[in-house]
Amino acid sequence: MNPELYNPVWVITLAAAVSYASRGLGVALSGKLNPEGSVVEWITCVTYALMAGMVVRMLALPIGALVHTPDWVRFIAVLVGLLVFFIIRKNVGAGVLAGSLFLMFLMW
Amino acid sequence: MTSLMTPKYATVKSAFWGGVREAASVPMLIMGASFLGFGSMIKDINWSISLAIFTTLSTWALPGQIAMAEMAASGAPLLAIVLAVGFINARLLPMSATLLPHVRHPRFPGWAYYGVAMLIAATSWVGTLRRLPDLRQDQKMPFLLGYGLLLYCGSPLFTMAGYWLSGSVPLPVTLALVFINPLYFMLLFLQDLKDPGRILAVLFGAVLGPITFLYSPDWTLVITGLVAGTLAWYLDGVLKARRGTDES
Repeated sequence: MNPELYNPVWVITLAAAVSYASRGLGVALSGKLNPEGSVVEWITCVTYALMAGMVVRMLALPIGALVHTPDWVRFIAVLVGLLVFFIIRKNVGAGVLAGSLFLMFLMW
Repeated sequence: MTSLMTPKYATVKSAFWGGVREAASVPMLIMGASFLGFGSMIKDINWSISLAIFTTLSTWALPGQIAMAEMAASGAPLLAIVLAVGFINARLLPMSATLLPHVRHPRFPGWAYYGVAMLIAATSWVGTLRRLPDLRQDQKMPFLLGYGLLLYCGSPLFTMAGYWLSGSVPLPVTLALVFINPLYFMLLFLQDLKDPGRILAVLFGAVLGPITFLYSPDWTLVITGLVAGTLAWYLDGVLKARRGTDES
């Protein structure tokens, strides 16, 4: 399918509408929904699986600017990020900073 | 220990500013970095800066925005995009549903909660939910407003900065900016993995995502989420049931 077939404004508006629908429904259901219930757990699992699939795909088979980086560069940068993350007691910020800076360093 | 560190506010107004101050440190930095990366990504797919600002202000939930931009850039059908964003952001439903009972107070009209729901996203949810129980009832809503509004108002600025930066800095810097988000979400998952159902969901998703991408790039996210997520959820239920019968 060609990206020019639809207007980005529509894509963004629809994405915003479905996102707000979840928030609004959450308000309407607040107090009635069991946060530990099975439905919420299912939503969480679907989100986690979808995000994990997206993240791995973005890193392993990028489609944007990261196409300009060789696979081994992204791989090493992820490893550096992971290493720093685990060394500094699971600090997300430090891991992201280290991994991104290392990618920049490798590509310079 | 936490109760000693909990901010207690003299007035409703200072609760608002307390929320602003609390958000103005680590949460703002982390969220800022990811919107910086998002801005660069939008520049990368050749959308205008106004579209970048529009999606940040109208959706204000980054994982869904990233999925949308990636899918639109690769020309996925509109329905696939809407479903993927819908599934990713469905987690906002339990988030709002669990946060709102904390801030309810007779002085606010019912519609106010639908407005404040816009300020609920992963960062603000985590950041406020751990503070709210220790605040006086009339100060909770102002605290959430202060916390959420600072992040909400800051995010278009970071989006713009990322957009401009990626056009004017050397390519390696742009690549580092675009690299921020996948890395950020990966580490965020690793930080939070305790529940067996979620661990399985991440594992199945990580395997299924690239595979389905090769066969159906348009529908990869929707298929991965539904199949891997439902399987993980089902197996988690089986595991829990078995543990339950073992214990009894």
